[in-house]
Order: sequence, then structure tokens, then C-alpha cells
Amino acid sequence: MSDHVKGFRHTAEGLPLTHVVGTSVDKIDGYSLVSGAPVYTDDIAAREFPHRLHGKILGSPIPQGMITSIDTSSAEELPGVHLVLTFKNTPRTFYTTAGQGWPEPSPYDNQMFTERVRFVGDRVAAVFADTVEAAEEALHRIKVTYQEEPAVLDASDAMKPGAPLVHPENPKGAYDPAHNVAAHVDVAVGDVDAALAASEVTIAETFETHYAQHVPMETHTSLAYVDDTGKLTIVSSTQVPWHVRRIVSRILGMPMSKLRVIKPRIGGGFGAKQEILIDDLVAYAALRTGLPCEIELTRKEEFIASRTRHPMKIDMSIGCDTAGHFKALKMYVLSNTGAYGSHSLTVMSNTGSKTLPLYNKANDVRFYGDAVYTNLPVPGAYRGYGATQGYAALETTIDDLAAKLHMDPIELRTMNMIQVGEGSPIFEALGEGRQGVAQTIKSSSLPELLALGAQAIGWQEKRGKRARVGHKVRGVGMSMHMQGSGIPLIDMGAASMKLNEDGTYFLAVGATDIGTGSDTILTQMAAEILGVSADMISTLSSDTDLTPFDVGAYASSTTFVSGGAVVKAAKAIRNQIFSVAAEVLGEELDPMLVMSDPKVEGDNDQPDPILSFYRMDDGYVVSVRSGRRVSVSEIAYRAYYEVGQHQIASTQSFVSPYSPPPFAAHFAEVEVDDLTGKVTVVNYVAAVDCGVSINPNLVRGQVVGAVANGIGFALTEEYHFSARGAMTNPSLFDYKILSRRDMPPVQVIVVDNYEPTGPLGAKSVAEIGINGPIPAIGNAIFDATGVRLHRSPYTPERVLNALREAQK
Amino acid sequence: MRISITVNGAQCALDVDPGDVLLDVLRGADYLEVKGTCHAGDCGACTVLVDGHPVASCLTLAARVDGHSVTTVRGIGDGTHPHPLQKAFVENGAAQCGYCIPGAIVSAKALLDENPEPTEDEVRLAMDANYCRCTGYEQQIEAVLDAAEQLRKEGHR
Repeated sequence: MSDHVKGFRHTAEGLPLTHVVGTSVDKIDGYSLVSGAPVYTDDIAAREFPHRLHGKILGSPIPQGMITSIDTSSAEELPGVHLVLTFKNTPRTFYTTAGQGWPEPSPYDNQMFTERVRFVGDRVAAVFADTVEAAEEALHRIKVTYQEEPAVLDASDAMKPGAPLVHPENPKGAYDPAHNVAAHVDVAVGDVDAALAASEVTIAETFETHYAQHVPMETHTSLAYVDDTGKLTIVSSTQVPWHVRRIVSRILGMPMSKLRVIKPRIGGGFGAKQEILIDDLVAYAALRTGLPCEIELTRKEEFIASRTRHPMKIDMSIGCDTAGHFKALKMYVLSNTGAYGSHSLTVMSNTGSKTLPLYNKANDVRFYGDAVYTNLPVPGAYRGYGATQGYAALETTIDDLAAKLHMDPIELRTMNMIQVGEGSPIFEALGEGRQGVAQTIKSSSLPELLALGAQAIGWQEKRGKRARVGHKVRGVGMSMHMQGSGIPLIDMGAASMKLNEDGTYFLAVGATDIGTGSDTILTQMAAEILGVSADMISTLSSDTDLTPFDVGAYASSTTFVSGGAVVKAAKAIRNQIFSVAAEVLGEELDPMLVMSDPKVEGDNDQPDPILSFYRMDDGYVVSVRSGRRVSVSEIAYRAYYEVGQHQIASTQSFVSPYSPPPFAAHFAEVEVDDLTGKVTVVNYVAAVDCGVSINPNLVRGQVVGAVANGIGFALTEEYHFSARGAMTNPSLFDYKILSRRDMPPVQVIVVDNYEPTGPLGAKSVAEIGINGPIPAIGNAIFDATGVRLHRSPYTPERVLNALREAQK
Repeated sequence: MRISITVNGAQCALDVDPGDVLLDVLRGADYLEVKGTCHAGDCGACTVLVDGHPVASCLTLAARVDGHSVTTVRGIGDGTHPHPLQKAFVENGAAQCGYCIPGAIVSAKALLDENPEPTEDEVRLAMDANYCRCTGYEQQIEAVLDAAEQLRKEGHR
């Protein structure tokens, strides 16, 4: 099958026959979203708790120092104010705000409140009042005196002797806080320095990426209330409901049985909401006041005090022979983790682990780095998760190497890229903050992606031509990428399914749909196994009381990991249904076939033995041997009311030793204005292999969305800071994301490929698309002008300066 | 002060302070389909139609719409009886997180009321103030063009 509309080309050939998977069914929440249903946290708060308290947070005006006194009495006296929280009246538990698995890989360098402030905007106090206005007025009445201390505002200064210390309290889990090092990584395969020295051709470059924010349309919002049974319920715009429950339970010392976290619909996350930022405050305030409490961050707070992408300075060296065969890859990362070490180790690890294995022909590889504390806003998880920064350095350096070798960049990449059947020692050496898991590539459409992408952008016709009209010159560039699909042997998802009497089903998943459409594609997977249309299944997700566990929406895990659980659960109840069908039809069925757990743990392309006896067909079970059929509804009535009564249901979990990478090739055509330095993306092509596209429309949306975010990151989005480290552009007016007219035409090319370890052949897709724009656009600027930019974003000022520098 | 507005065709008398903005007043009156995010007129999420014209409700004083007619996304259709624009957004996969959609759809509605056969560029221009962070816009723009075509067909019938 091949589908080609303007802007979207989808090829799916040689795949197993499916009836729901591979079709663009409507999102199951689609009609509620397009009619503005009250489904987000603040909507629920407003409708169900009109008399709730509103929380506001006081941020630090200084980048570094100690609170010497804090007087909240005037704030507390203000009518309507119920509670003022500071370090004096809150739990002092050390924790990490990073919503990750257990054991937690980020340092315990955070407290609800503390005497020390570490960046402009750091939490000092919080007020809960009847109205937002009263809470804001109360913030002004809190009298704080600070003893300001010298700050470290540049990551390059952080490790210097005598640098001010951001965490002198020596937090648990930080690598070397006495030198501001939150995390450190050093893995080596072979002897990279010897290999570089012995290489016929070497190149060494440094690339610097910048502070940027996720900008989810809905800011972080959280609501907490104590229900009639004394249970504390948190409704939160989170990507990680189970991690919220675990971390809040630790901070407040509450049993998890008294804590319930519900994720309603959420207005975008992109990693920003893989973080426990306000859930602890509303939870504690609800306990203290007995009243429902809500915090909705303002857009300004979202910029200053939520999370950002880790800015990195990356030194990249490559050694090869004169024909371009890679011998050595060396990458050093200096990652700025701001005032707290949230995701500091794991993001930095991914900078190497999700990039270097793509070029597995190099035998000698070293990846090492330091994530350092500074008195600046706090980075965290952000779509791409370190790989985006890594590819900025790796793919621009390879482009320069191609120029040095007088080779076509596509050819250079092709001869060095990982292929089916191959692995990379980096997979095993480097995981997320700990040792990784060996991987062998089982599916890759990279050759097709490169060919189709080059054709779509017009590579042969345009490359090196420098077509010029007046002061505008054009060029084309490309880049190549991989990501992962969940964290192998760490990420776990679970799913429960049960059969209703009428032959419809209920699916409960822990997986967290943050707008991606995961509820929809997981429903499609179950429908595929059960031989019904997706609308025969009702799906509930992300409620720590009502659905099974899932680590949450991050690490490109949901399709692969949560999908694996859904496929297992659907197969389990299908086999239970087959078992009753055998009774009804009076046929013998080996009980081992139906009792044993469905095998999808590793490669799942093994034949399913039970399918040689029965198959599902549109609400019926059909006996392969006799051709007789019985309706699933009849089976349910029999099982629930008549004979051998029992519940047809199953809960299954999935964790995998595999994390099959999706692959991508990106191509950009740009026009550079010599006079102004403005770079315009004229055309963009994103070719991707995400295994089997469960829902092609949603795949396309993930890719275009990631590319749009990536182009903004490459060209316009940037934090500006005052001399004291305060962000000076915390609004959507001053921090420019792409609008409709800014968005260049993007052609998405999807080449499906059956991934044997994935659920119904699928791999991940949501993150990989953001890795392309910085290198592909940078390489296109180089093609157009011969000028290499080593720092993002490519703003007119930076481009013009580079062009002038080159003319000197 | 008391204002009288028509919201989605229904007469509505509301007590407001002179400084109250329409976004807060509408949400306070349970029109929760109007979503706010930047409260500065930068993002377009809170767009509603006042007498058919798109405005940022976060910057519009409620007192100024006294006597006027306000249309929210729910006023043009709901989940049971979707407007062709809403249907096209769902069918094109144009809504991901959905937070910007109520504003985007009413902006598109205003465009199509004025210009039933817009070009792609006209759609981009008319909806330029409606930021979306999820979709990269392509499928939303196609949805508006599809809906325009559908509406023209219905008009011809």
C-alpha cells in the first residue's frame, strides 16, 4: 500500500494483513477536544470546585543566596488567605522533581522550600487564598530579606576552582557537588585517542545549543482535594501519574493507599510535565486546609520556573580514512543543568547513547561529559532528551567532514550507518544513567528514507548550486537520526482488559495520553487482536486507582512498551474467549494453549499456536477446523450467567530487553539573506521509519509537530538573560514559536517496516522528528554560503555576524 | 456592573467588575470551552467571536461586549452535532492535545463565513494568531480547506 497526498507520503508494503492497525481512525477523544469539552485540569477544577483555593508562588529575585528572614504575618492577615507555605512550615524531605523510574537517577537536590535560593524564580513561598487576586496580593506582603551570594551564570565557569557552589549541602546522588558537577559520564570502547591519532583524516568541532522551552499550550496545572473517605486526590496535567504519586507520597510521608493521581486530558507536555513541580504544593495545601487547592502556572512562570532543554556545549571529534570509513568517534558534553539536577545524568547519557550507535562502523568510541549546576533556570526532560543536542553536534561535524573529504554527505553517512543485523557496543556500554542493554537492529528503512528524502528535496539538482536571486542565496542540507522505543529493561507498562456481555470490551491502561493519541492507538492495537473495530472498545487511562501501572509518557515508550502490554492483555482475553468457544462448540482445546501467558516479550513474530484452532472475526469466534462460529457475546453471557461462571479479563504487563530505534532522514532547503542574515526554510522533508504506523494520520502529526518545534528551536526560540541570570523574555510575544505563516511546507515521508520486537510491528515516533532541524538547516546554510554556524539558534544576528566574519 | 450578552444564542445577564476580561467572565459562567493560557493576547487559545469577529477574550473587557453577541466553539457545534469544521479537524488528525482547538476553530469559522473559498495562504493568515504547539499546523490547514469544500457542497444542495 502506498498513500500519497500533498505533504504526506506513506508506504507500507509487505506487512501482515490488518483491519484496524494501519488505518487513520479518528482520535477517540477527538470530538470532545474539538468542541472544547471541560476535560483539562482547570476545567475540572472550575466546574467541580468553584470554591477552591488558588495557589500562587513567590519566586526569588536573586540568583543565589540565603533567606535571612521571612515574615508572612501580613500576608496571613489578608482576608481570603488560608495558608502561606515557606521552609518553616513544610516537610524538609529531599527529593528530585524528575518523574523517572525507580531507583531515581536524578540527585535529591530539591526540597519543597529551603533557606537557599538558587536562581531568579526559585521557590520562596506559596500562598493559597480564595481568589487569585488575594493570593497575588498576599505574595506582595511577604517580607523576605536575602543575603545575596556570588552566582555562577555560565556553565563553562561552574567547575573552575573557587566557583560559587550551587549545592553546598552535598545532595545525595549528585556526582561532585563540591565542583558543581551534578552528573558525570565516561564510557569508552577501544582507545579513541590512539585511533584518532592513527586516522588519516580527523575533524574536531564544538557546537553549542541553547536554552529553550517546551511551551505546552496548557501551562502546568494541578488540583488536589481530600475526598469523603479521607483520600487525597490529585488531578494533574502530568505525563507521569505514577511517579507523581510515588514522589508526593515520599515528600509528604503518606501511604499510597491514601493518594490517588488522575491525569485528565492535558494540553501538551513534550517533557515539561515529566516533572513534579506543583503537585506537592496543592497536595500539602489540601491536607492542611481541608479545601480543594489548585495552582495554574502563568505563562511567565512556565518559562522561568518550570523546565527547559539542557543547553550543551559539545566537542565532537571524528577520525576516518581517506575514503571516509569512520574509525573513531569522540564526544564530550558540558551540559548546563541549571539550579537543580533534574534529568541531568540521563539526558546527558542520551546525548551519546541515542546518537553514536547510528555510526557503528567506528571501533573506537568514547562518550563522556559533565552536567553542571549553575544559577540559571532548570532544564529537564524535553522531546529528544539530549539526542537533539547530540545530533546538532554530530550531524554538523559529519557534514564538515564530508566537505573535507569532498564527498556527498549522504554517501558518507550511508557507508558508516548501522544496518539490520548489526549492533553497537555503545548500546551495551551506555544506558540511561547506568549500563545499557545490547541491541541488534531488526528493522530499518534508512536506505529508503535517504533515497526518497533526497528525491523529494531535489538533492541532486540543488546541492552545491548556491542559486542566487539578488541578495538571497539557496542551499540544501540533510541529517540522519535514530532514537529509541522506551528504556530497555526499565520501562514497564501494564494493561487490563475485560469482555462485556454484548461482545464489546473495556481497556484500562496506565499509559498517559498527553495529546499524542496514545489512547487511540492502544485501542486500535487491542481491536486488531480481538477482531473488532476500535469503537467496540472503551478505553480508560492514567488513574492510579483505576488503571494498572505505567511509567508514563516519556522516552518514546508508549507505543512500544504500553502497546506491548495492550497486545498481551488482548491476546490473554482472546484466549480465554477461545477456551469458552471450545466448550460451546464441543471441541477439544489444549489447555496449555489458553492458560499460558501470551508470548510477546521478545520477538513477537512467532506463530501464535492457538490461531491454528480459532480466530476472531468481527465479533465471532471461528473454528479453523470445523468452520463453525459462535458470537463473542454468546460466550460472554455463558461465562457470566450460565455455565462455569467466571470473569473474562486479564491484566498483563510488558517490559522489553529491546528498544528498537526509529530512524529518520531530514532534508532542508533554505534561503539565506546576505543583507539581513535571515534564514528562511523554503522546504523541509522529514522521512521516518517508525515500524508499522498504527495510525498514519497521528504519525504524520507527531512528525510535523516535532519538526515545527525543532525549526523554532533552530531559528527563533531562545532564552535571553539579564546580567543576574533572570530570563528577560518570558512571554509568547518575546519568545517566538512558529505560527502558521512561519511554518514552511513540510513533506512527511513514512516508510513502514515490520519491527519484530514491537507490538504489531510498531516502533516509536514522537521524539525523533525534533532532532533534525538544527543540523539539517545548519548544513543547508553551509551549502548556501560556505559558512558554518557552531551555535544555535541561527538568528539573523548570528548568521550575519558569521557571514561578515567569513568575508574578513 | 451588570451586562447583558448573547452567548451562543442564549441571553445571558452577568455581574462583572469593570476590569474583568471576557475570558474570565465566560469561564466563570461555565463556558469552559474557552481556554486561556497566556492572558496577554499572544497565543489565540481563548479566541471567541464577538458579532462574528474573532477576538482574544483575555484582552477584551467584558463590559465592552455588553449588548453584543458572543460565539464560542460550542456555539458552532458539539460532539453530537459537530460543525463541518469540527468534523474535518477530527478526520484530519488536526487535534492533538486539543487545547488550542476551540480558538483555532472559531477563527476558521469567521474566515469561512466571510470567504467560503479561501486559499491555503488565506487560511494561514486568518488563523496566524492561533498558536498550536503540537501539530505543526499542516493537518489543521487541510482540515479548514476540507471543511470549506464541505460547506460549499452543503450550500449548493
